[in-house]
Parts: sequence; structure tokens; C-alpha cells
Amino acid sequence: MTDQILSIVTFLPLVGVFFILVFIRGDEEAVARNARYTALWTSLVTFAVSLALWFGFERGTPEFQFVEEYEWIPSLGLTYRMGVDGISVLFVLLSTLLTPLCILASWDSVKTRVREYMVAFLALETLMVGMFCALDFMLFYVFFEGVLIPMFLIIGIWGGARRVYAAFKFFLYTLLGSVLMLLAIMAIYFQTGTMDIVTLVSDAQIPGNMQLWLWLAFFASFAVKVPMWPVHTWLPDAHVEAPTAGSVILAGVLLKMGAYGFLRFSLPIMPEASAYFTPLVFTLSVIAVIYTSLVALAQEDMKKLIAYSSVAHMGFVTIGIFTMNQQGIEGAIFQMLSHGIVSGALFLCVGVIYDRMHTREIDRYGGLVERMPAYSVIFIIFTLASVGLPGTGGFVGEFLILVGAFQANTWVALLAASGMVLGAAYMLYLYRRVIFGRLTKEDLKAILDMNLREKVVFAPLVVIVLWMGIYPVSFLDVMSASVSNLIENYNQTLAASDGVSLASLWSGN
Amino acid sequence: MDVLIVALPLAGAIIAGLFGRTIGDRASQVVTCLFMLIAAALSVVVFFDVAIGGNARTTELFTWIDSGDFELSWALKVDTLTAVMLVVVNGVSSMVHVYSVGYMSHDKHRPRFFAYLSLFTFFMLMLVTADNFVQMFFGWEGVGLASYLLIGFWYEKPTACAAAIKAFLVNRVGDIGFALGIMGAFVLFGAVGFDQVFSAVEGQADAQFSFIGIEGHALTIICILLFIGAMGKSAQLGLHTWLPDAMEGPTPVSALIHAATMVTAGVFMLARLSPMFEFAPIALEIVTYVGAATAFFAATVGLTQTDIKRVIAYSTCSQLGYMFFAIGVSAYGAAIFHLFTHAFFKALLFLGAGSVIHAMSNEQDMRNMGGISKLIPATYILMWIGSLALAGFPGLSGFFSKDMVIEVAYMDNSAHGTFAFWLGIAAAFMTAFYSWRLLFMTFHGKPRASKEVMSHVHESPMVMMIPLLVLAVGSLGAGWLFKDYFIGDLRADFWGDALFVLPTNDTIEAVKNIPGWVPWAPFVMMVSGIFLAWLFYIAKPDLPQTLAKVFRPIYLFSFNKWYFDELYDALFVRPSMALGRKLWKAGDGAIIDGFGPDGVAESTRSLSQRISALQTGYVYHYAFAMLIGVVALVTWYFLFQVGM
Repeated sequence: MTDQILSIVTFLPLVGVFFILVFIRGDEEAVARNARYTALWTSLVTFAVSLALWFGFERGTPEFQFVEEYEWIPSLGLTYRMGVDGISVLFVLLSTLLTPLCILASWDSVKTRVREYMVAFLALETLMVGMFCALDFMLFYVFFEGVLIPMFLIIGIWGGARRVYAAFKFFLYTLLGSVLMLLAIMAIYFQTGTMDIVTLVSDAQIPGNMQLWLWLAFFASFAVKVPMWPVHTWLPDAHVEAPTAGSVILAGVLLKMGAYGFLRFSLPIMPEASAYFTPLVFTLSVIAVIYTSLVALAQEDMKKLIAYSSVAHMGFVTIGIFTMNQQGIEGAIFQMLSHGIVSGALFLCVGVIYDRMHTREIDRYGGLVERMPAYSVIFIIFTLASVGLPGTGGFVGEFLILVGAFQANTWVALLAASGMVLGAAYMLYLYRRVIFGRLTKEDLKAILDMNLREKVVFAPLVVIVLWMGIYPVSFLDVMSASVSNLIENYNQTLAASDGVSLASLWSGN
Repeated sequence: MDVLIVALPLAGAIIAGLFGRTIGDRASQVVTCLFMLIAAALSVVVFFDVAIGGNARTTELFTWIDSGDFELSWALKVDTLTAVMLVVVNGVSSMVHVYSVGYMSHDKHRPRFFAYLSLFTFFMLMLVTADNFVQMFFGWEGVGLASYLLIGFWYEKPTACAAAIKAFLVNRVGDIGFALGIMGAFVLFGAVGFDQVFSAVEGQADAQFSFIGIEGHALTIICILLFIGAMGKSAQLGLHTWLPDAMEGPTPVSALIHAATMVTAGVFMLARLSPMFEFAPIALEIVTYVGAATAFFAATVGLTQTDIKRVIAYSTCSQLGYMFFAIGVSAYGAAIFHLFTHAFFKALLFLGAGSVIHAMSNEQDMRNMGGISKLIPATYILMWIGSLALAGFPGLSGFFSKDMVIEVAYMDNSAHGTFAFWLGIAAAFMTAFYSWRLLFMTFHGKPRASKEVMSHVHESPMVMMIPLLVLAVGSLGAGWLFKDYFIGDLRADFWGDALFVLPTNDTIEAVKNIPGWVPWAPFVMMVSGIFLAWLFYIAKPDLPQTLAKVFRPIYLFSFNKWYFDELYDALFVRPSMALGRKLWKAGDGAIIDGFGPDGVAESTRSLSQRISALQTGYVYHYAFAMLIGVVALVTWYFLFQVGM
């Protein structure tokens, strides 16, 4: 069984889908209830199984583990190949952890088409996990693009008033990038004759000037997913319109796909181009950090504010990745994980009061601490984690990234560090307007504190965010061997090459 | 034992914070106070063991971060410097805990208050026991958090919420400097542990370094960055604006955090990093200038404030300036000694002010006080003791530490030392003036409060008076008792390896040859300051107002705190908000979306309408359509493949 653990984790949710579609019948009420329970149990079992990855994963080696390989379409040279290394294994766990919490968070708030909603979520889980496990380029592409579909549906069907606009904006942006990536994947295949990611990553042998083209094609896709400035504007709209759980997965996992792509493909397969374009990435990231933080300061809608904060935090991540040193990259991966937890939790926090008041407008709240003490505690914990307070998960990633950035470029470190102040400004300002002050608004006077189900959703997130802050070594251990291997390969390739220049882009190859 | 000292406040905070509702007010207070008193008692034991017994040690707990060369552990380093801080922090904190039982007795959120206080103490202890930069940063930000929570404790007051955020943000500006300094140290030394860094300092004494295009002496750049962090936390000129506003918090908080402990973290940090600063003379020079300017500036503002707590807040700011310029002239021992004595008398003054406020039914404006010396004689006497200690009356604790600080500045024989000396002398005059102005306005003259308030004036309960007495004993005796250890002939054995001074920079030693008139200067200033206050507020009470009218611009400049708040508001706060709004509406809305997705979406609008019609009915169709899209894409690829 352990030989196929990745496939089991990936496709277990589809078993749940099968059950929901085939066996659940009856009146609407019963269907909804049974669908909820089936989805919850499926995702819980999936999570339990995925824990075997955490315990079984051998630390200290950069090798891919739990590798599976089957012929898929032999005539085409396509293989079904799965495996995880220190970079990807934690994202698999992040996905399997967040899914049951999302299902639990949607328990009462989703009232229409519950069965379809749960199906979409489980399918989403399969696709997310598959994407992080895939070791074949084509397989990766299928999962990578497939993720779009359920997310598109979740926003477009269960979203808010402007859901269709948001869904299409989301789709347009991400699809445009994807087409270019598909072309790039094919180009790599024709150049190297393999779709095997393991082979490509360790020794790609792509000429420098071709790398530049390929890098840009991948960049188009990944930058949208991250999202980097200036292709970030789909994110606030998507978040605002998405149902709470949709936002959680979007911020928690989907935003990580772009950065994961940079780490998995851009750096190892196109090292020379990556080195060449590093200043571009730094520039866009620094702009993202400062620009979106300022924009977040001016927001009047809670979800939009947190969405913009996500862009700023992901700006840190892209800086970290392209510093190309141990602290920067480990910091970036760590930041992705902690941001997955923290921003997910923050969206859940918004969801809690949205479910009660049906508005996300900040001005409609104020003085909630009076009626909701437990909620106020949870909210401040994640606010502080988002601010990057030491002792929470947010700090370790941010700080390591800055340490990495300082070695790469002190200007980048200084400008990114200004995010420390701006981030604190917009988060604390938000917290103050929602939680503090006098409770004067009539409709808030009867608001209820969190119920048991909501507390259960938050409990694991609180534990993890503190664990990541106080004992981050347990996560850093997992990734360090893979990261140092990545850097080593990168530096070797770079040392052997004679550099690239933009001129070669135009001269043709 | 070291672990217990740090863990007890944390345990108290968790118990009171999470279970305060269940176990009730009384139990929360008992638990937190008891734990703090035990921790304070243990600290005294540790102090004698480590500082007097010379038994410095480090307890390593477990690894915290390990990323490449960037490795560090949670650890408790206790040497003399830490031991002094343990006594200060736990001593004042336990007294403030006990005092708060009385002071907060009418508040309905007591468990929360005590949880915050204990949490603050925990973070402060983590700060002073750090054996590496990052744990110090942990404590540093943690006390900032606790300060934020406590300033905003009365969350219903908008001013309190604003002050809390302001404190956090201004501190964060300084923290950028601190964080960058840590990174610089890591790049230069390849480590962030104090022991590794300090042992490597001499080897890197001449290293060069480039930071944001500035090519220069590496240690100087790093030390300046770290000092920016210290400026934020210790409210030095430029980053001081949060401290007066922080007085929105309950008074015990002001005594503990904004007088005795947290604000001195910057001084502690620089003393801890003395092995680095000693090799960065230009950084030390800057520290001296900033410290001296702060001492002077804050004293001028203190002259005209009317809120009793704000006067003491500016006084704190000014005294911190003294500590910094002492460090700037390499007299680390003198700076820490002043930190030590200041903790006693400033906490005493704040808690005494709290007792006055308590008696006056929460009145803080001195213009509405007066004539209560006979009604609350104990508080009155204690305030006198605190003020005398602050002004440096011979024999009291401030006398030994403050005079030493002023003297070392003189004996530094440098431009910055002399600058600090004269500003320090001027500030000493003003200190005496505003302290007695406070005493006279508050306690003497005719009562200016309403009859109603006056009829309620009463001495505070024992639970508040006993902590005051303990602190008064410290204010009276701590200077005389410990001067030989901190700054006297026993100092070499006392400090051990905790402080490092280059032999050529030893200004404390040089004070032995000081010219005869210098030690008298602060005393003369004190007497004339007190006399002037007497003249203004007892003998000729009309004089201040006449003067304020005649010198109106100067008066307003001081009264409005040199207009720093207005300046920052116009320079940073409002532009950020406006820029944010502009970037959002114009940048994201008009430019990026206008040319990007909305333009494209325009052309797909009809399509989207059709699809939105679809989704009212059949979700399967919808999903199916999307799936087909991807399948088609993949199929197309397969065909393409086959074609090859």
C-alpha cells in the first residue's frame, strides 16, 4: 500500500465524489446532509492517509520519494509518474489539511446545490494534490489546469453578486498564461525528448537563448497564479466574490502553484534565464509589496483587504525564491506554507462574521469584542501572524526571506522590509475597526460568538501557526536537503554557462 | 531556576488569559501575582549567584531556526547584565501586579489585564535572556505586542486604540533597522549568536561593506541600523512620538512598560552589544548626539505639559536620552546603573501619579488639581522621594547614577561628549523645574477640582501603598548600595564579560580626575530648578501665564511638542492613505483593469451573459463544458504528438 500512497491520497477524494454522485438520493434536505458528511469523512480520511507522508518522508535527502511509475500512453511516451521531494511534500499536506476545514466551514453557509458543491471541492482536492505530486510534465499540466475548473465553478456558482465577472476575470487571466506554458512544455519536450521532470530538473541541457523564451512563457503562467504585480487584479475580485471556503483554498493553495512552478521548473530547468531575469522579478515583487500594502490600507471591504495582503505576502515569496540562497528559498517555502494557513484562517475569520451579518463592509462592524471574545482572540492571533510577529509562523518565513534578500541585494531587503510596517498598519487598522471601539450598531447587539463547529475549524490552525513559529525546524528539516540540492545544481550550471543576453532573444536561434 | 523565572510569568499569562473567565477575577489575580512574586524572589537569588558570585551561564532549550548557516536556539543566557535586568523587570513587574489589584479593582476585565501584564513580563524576560539576535528580536516584538494590547486596553476609547496602533507602528519603523542590522551582522559574521559574533568582532574590525549603495565601514553601518531599532523602542528623538500617547493605557502599565522596563530595552541592547559598538566609534558618536538631543528636547516639552502622566512620560524620554549618551561615551556601566535606579524612582513616580489619579476620580489634568497634600499625605511624601531621586538629590539613587552619566560625558573630552554634557546640564535644570512644577501644581495651592471630587479624595488602599513603599526604599537606597559594583572599584569583577570597553575608552575610570566644579554643576542646576518652580507656582502664581503670553511662540512650540505629530501626520500618515486610495482606484482600477481584463471582458460580455443564464439550471453542463475544453486541449496535443 505504501508504494501507491501518493495515488491513494490523490484519488481518494474521487472515491467520495463517486459515492456522492451514485448513492446519495432522496429529498433535498437529506441529500445535502449526506453530501456534507460524505465529503467531510472523505477529506478526513484523505488527510489521515496523507499523514503517512509526514511520518514516512525521509529527511536529509534531496531524492524524490514515494515514487510511482506506470505506463500511461506508451505510444506517445507518456508515463504516469508521481513522487514528492522536500519542496512539494509539505504542499500536499497543506492541501489535505485545508480541504476538510473548508468543508466544515461551508457546513451552514452553503445552502444551495450542496451536493454539487461538495463534489467540486473533492475534485479540487484531487487536482491540487495531483499537481504537487506529478513528476511528468504532461501530467502536471493536466492537474495544473484542471484546478481551474472546480475553482471557476465554485466562484461562478456559489459566489457573491458579481460572481460571473469575477469568475471570468479569474479564468481569462489564468488561461492566457497557461496557453503559453503549454507551448513551452512542448518546446522542452522537442528539445530534450523527455517529459520526465526528475531528469529535466537534474540536467536539462537547454541552450541559453532558448531558455529566455521558455522562461518568459512559464513566467506568464506562474506570475498570474502567484499573482505578481501588475497581473494581480483578478485576485481581489475573485476573493470578494468567492464563498468563504473558496477563498481559503484560493489563498491557501492555489496561490502557491505559481511560486511552486518557479521553484520546480524555472530555476532548475532554466537557470541561466532565471539569473538573467532576477532583477525583473525583484522589481515586480518589491512593487507588489509596497503598492498592494498601500492599496490594502485604503480598502473598505474586509475580504479585499486580505486579498491585497496576500499579494504583498506573495511578493515576499517571489523575492525569496529568486535570492537563490538557502535562507531565501527556505524562507519562501516556509512563507508559502504559513501564508496558506494564515490567510486561509483570516478568510475564515471574515466568513464567521459574514455568515452572521451578510456584509463584508468594515464600517458595518465595530466593538465586536464586547459580544465575541473568543472570536477576537482567534482573529488577533492570525492578524499578528499575518503581521509577522515572532513566535508565529508568519515571522520565520518573512525573516528568512529578508535574510536571503539582504545577501542578494540590500535595496530589495530594505524596500521589502518596509512591508513590515505597512503590513502592520493595514492589519491593525482593520482589527481596530472591526473588533475595538464601542458596540453601537443596533444590528450587532445580538451577534453571537463562535459556535463549537467554528472553534473546531480554527483549533488546528492556531496550533499549527504557533508550532510553525516556535519550532519551525520540524518543517525546515523537511525541505533543507532539496533546497540545497537545488541551489547547488543551479550554481553549477550557471558557472558552466557563458551567460545570456536579451539580444539573443531577437537574433533567433 | 533560570527557566522557572521565565516560565512562571508565561504560565500566569496563560492561566489568566485563557481560563480567567472560568476561575474568576480573584483567582486570576492571585495566580499571576503569586507567580510574579516567586519569579522576583528567584531573580534576586540569581542576581547574587551570577553578579556577585560570578556564575554566568547559558541554558540552551531547543533549536529554533536552522536554515543553512542561519542557526539558532531558544536559550537563556544569564550574565551580570541579564541578572540586573531580571531584578529590574521582575522586581518592578511584581510590584506593579500587586498595585494593580487595587488600582484596577473597578475594572470588569481584570483577568485580561493581568494576563497581558504577565505576558509582557515573559516577553521582556525572553528579550533580556537572549543569547542571539533573533531571540532578542522575538522578545523585542513581543513586548511591543504587549504594549500594544495594554495601551489599547480600554478599547472603547478611540484615542486609546489610535495610541496603541501608533505605538506598534512607530516601533516597527525602528524594527526595520533592527532587522536589517541583524541581517548585516549575519552577512558579516556568518552567525547570529552573540558569542560567535562577539568573538569574531575584532577580526572584522576593519571590514568594508556595501549597504544600499553606501560603501563603508561594516560595523559602523550595522551598529547604526541596530541603533535605529533601539531608538524606536526607547523613544529617542525622531521615533519618540508614540511614548506620550502611550499614556492612554492604565497607569500601572505606564509604570511598568513605559518607564521601568520596555523603553529601556534599547539601552540594554546597546549595552549587550558593547563588543560591537566599541569598534564602531562613529556609531557611538551618533548615539551620543541622539541621546543628548533627546534628553534636552523631552525636558523642554515636559516644562509645559498639563497632563500629569505626560509630564512623567517626557521625563522618562529625557532620562532615556541620558542613558544613551552615557553609552555613546562608552560608559555602559553608568548607563545600566542609571537604568537600574531610574526603574525604581520612575515606577514610583508613575504609581504615585496613579494614586493621585485614583484619589481624584480619574482626573489627570494638573490644572484641575491642587491643595491635596494634606488629604493624601503618604502619596505626597512618596512623590517627593521620587522627585528628589529623579532630580539627583545627594544620597538618593538618582544622584549617583545621573551625576556619573553627566561626568563621563564631560570626561570623554570630545566634541560629542561636550555637547552631551552641556545639554545634560540644561536638561537637569529643566528636570528639577518640571518635577517640582508637578508637585506644586498637584498638591499645593488652592484646590481647583470640584467639591464633588474633593470630597472623594482619599488615600489609596494598602495593596497599592505597599508597592509604593518598596519602590521608595529602592529609590532611596539602591544608588548608595550598588554604586561600587556598577560604577565603582568593584565594577570589573561585577560585570565580568558582560560589558566590553576598550581600555582607551574607559571614561568611568577617567572620572577620577574630574575638575572640581563639574560634580557641582548638576546640583546647582537642581537647586535653581526647584527654586524657579517655587517662584512660579507658589510665590508668584501669575508669572507663568504672563510669561506664556509674552513668549507665546516658544511656549506653543514646547506645548505642542515641537510639532512632531503634525509633521509626521502631514509627511507620512495622510500621504500613505491618499496614495493607497489612488493606487487602488487609478492604478488597479483604471489602468491595469482598464487595459487588461476589463477590455477583454468587454468582448466576452455576451458570452458571459449566456453562461450566467446557463448556471441557473444545469451545473453539470457547465462543468462538462469546461472539462471538454481541457480534454480537447490535451487531445489536440496527443494528435500533435502522433503527427510528429
